[in-house]
Amino acid sequence: MSEITYRDACREAIRDALRRDPRVFLMGEDVGHYGGCYAVSKGLLDEFGPERIRDTPLSESGFTGLGIGAAMNGMRPIVEIMTVNFALLALDQIVNNAATIRHMSGGQFGVPLVIRMATGAGRQLAAQHSHSLEGWFAHIPGLKILAPATLEDARGMLWTALEDPDPVLIFEHVMLYGVSGTLAADAGAVPIDKASIRRSGKDISLITYGGSLPKALKAAEELAAEKIEAEVIDLRTLRPLDDETIMASLARTRRAVIVDEGWRSGGISAEISARIMEQAFWNLDAPVARVCSAEVPIPYPRHLEEAALPQAPAIVAAAKRVMG
Amino acid sequence: MSAETKLRLTRETLLGLLRQMTRVRRFEEKCDELYQVEKIRGFLHLAIGEEAISTAVMAVLTPEDAVVATYREHGHALVRGVPMRAVMAEMYGKQEGVSRGRGGSMHLFSAAHRFYGGYAIVGGGLPLAGGLALADRMQGKNRVTACFFGEGAAAEGEFHETMNLAALWKLPILFVCENNLYAMGTRLDLSESQTDIHAKAQSYRMASESVDGMDVVAVDAAANRALSAIRAGDGPHFLECKTYRFRAHSMFDPQLYRAKAEVEEWKKRDPIPRLTNWLREAGMLHDKDVEKIEAGVKAEIDDAVAFAEAGKWEPVETLTRDVYAEAAP
Repeated sequence: MSEITYRDACREAIRDALRRDPRVFLMGEDVGHYGGCYAVSKGLLDEFGPERIRDTPLSESGFTGLGIGAAMNGMRPIVEIMTVNFALLALDQIVNNAATIRHMSGGQFGVPLVIRMATGAGRQLAAQHSHSLEGWFAHIPGLKILAPATLEDARGMLWTALEDPDPVLIFEHVMLYGVSGTLAADAGAVPIDKASIRRSGKDISLITYGGSLPKALKAAEELAAEKIEAEVIDLRTLRPLDDETIMASLARTRRAVIVDEGWRSGGISAEISARIMEQAFWNLDAPVARVCSAEVPIPYPRHLEEAALPQAPAIVAAAKRVMG
Repeated sequence: MSAETKLRLTRETLLGLLRQMTRVRRFEEKCDELYQVEKIRGFLHLAIGEEAISTAVMAVLTPEDAVVATYREHGHALVRGVPMRAVMAEMYGKQEGVSRGRGGSMHLFSAAHRFYGGYAIVGGGLPLAGGLALADRMQGKNRVTACFFGEGAAAEGEFHETMNLAALWKLPILFVCENNLYAMGTRLDLSESQTDIHAKAQSYRMASESVDGMDVVAVDAAANRALSAIRAGDGPHFLECKTYRFRAHSMFDPQLYRAKAEVEEWKKRDPIPRLTNWLREAGMLHDKDVEKIEAGVKAEIDDAVAFAEAGKWEPVETLTRDVYAEAAP
């Protein structure tokens, strides 16, 4: 066991992939000489050289498309887009090409591409660097959407994603990069098709992912002090959603709060809520509740940013309302 | 014409070019006919008038090279060697189609021919083509990617991003701009401050040439020069082929944006009669050669139509196949 950060775990995952598979390379803005906007790829240029750690111009659509083509032609690229906000400049390549080519070609071509990007708020970066748009991407058939929330997943999801024959998007929450903890020395690949129960409880299910997981766990602690045993589900994968784990949890707890840093309207929380209605309505003892970001572009001042995001007290309050 | 070009362009080769252009022309005419009787639906973009470009470029590519095309790509697929039967079945949407009917006219794909597809978002194929070339280079394969697009793509950011990346990284890619002067119905000078498309590539320090796209021999020579340079490690090359679309943009287009006289003027430069006349004057083509070509093409098209007619509709139960690979880890 060693003490490392989430950022280190991401870096180790990339380093490991580069060592294991000569087809793997990393490409994106400032991944090389700068060391990565969030210092994830720091040191990798020296270790692997400029052919495999490729600094790109500010051309999100261009280099994402290059990643798609390279993936179709025998390589296993990891494209890093600095933040999900900039990924909007590459939507054409991601949605119109990466997600459609297998189907449009009648199964002849696949796009085994991994795109990593930072997501989420909390650093006072205002409305063009703070949004959580992973739920949008989860709308698209043909893509797989991952949100590692733990060191194990930051370390282990990348390799499994690279082995996947289809395009996989990995969303790393900016507030997780500095989180530290211990990771087994032999930590390696993890499955990317299952949600995980991070805390067991019998009274209510808190369903969340990514940067909201620590908040949900904190809320569960506070609820426990009031004799409410909350189960915390880390979705891990937003597409495909692991309905089975969600519904099995609800069969036990009969109550749910969904916590999502995306906005409430039309978001992934709405999708999860609808699935619960479709599949577990008769198991419910109370309506499903949601704690999401306020419907506002994320503001700059600390107190307003905090007020805009899901926080543990709001999760606790929602859980208590659902408990009646 | 250089000595090298003359040497390559034997009578046999030239007749081959004529045959391919004729194949594409007659195929497109048949598609038009089939559209009128609703055998082909959706969008249908015919390349009548533009056949010389795909014909000439494909002639100088090897089977190991890769091709990326647009939604006006029937001819590109046919000349590349994708069987006409599978292309026609795709037009019908039948499961025997080259993309199992899932793509239709705009999305022909054939892995066996390294035909990486027809893309229907203008400019969207360029970055992807750059990636094919990047992978070839990183894997040490001496292959070229030919990327076709219209002049309308030059207005897209993806065009400029790819020009820059390809030149910066010296990717083995041949950009072929099929400049037919209209982006759907918008004339080039109404949409571009700089209408000289090949100059845009030059501004990225890329070798770039403008060529008469109605002259199959000229395109062949230019493409051959460019490919030789790319294969020698010279990085990307750009060919702007000036051409004209004799038909509407798609089947829904009443062509309000251009004068009939302009179309007629361009038809005088039709690449097929142009090559035919040139060959006749040089004594390399006789009536029986033309008859033979036309008869062969007609038989091939009749066979392709019969094949498509006899094709099957994919069962609805298979609707969601090929969204993801069947075997994920």
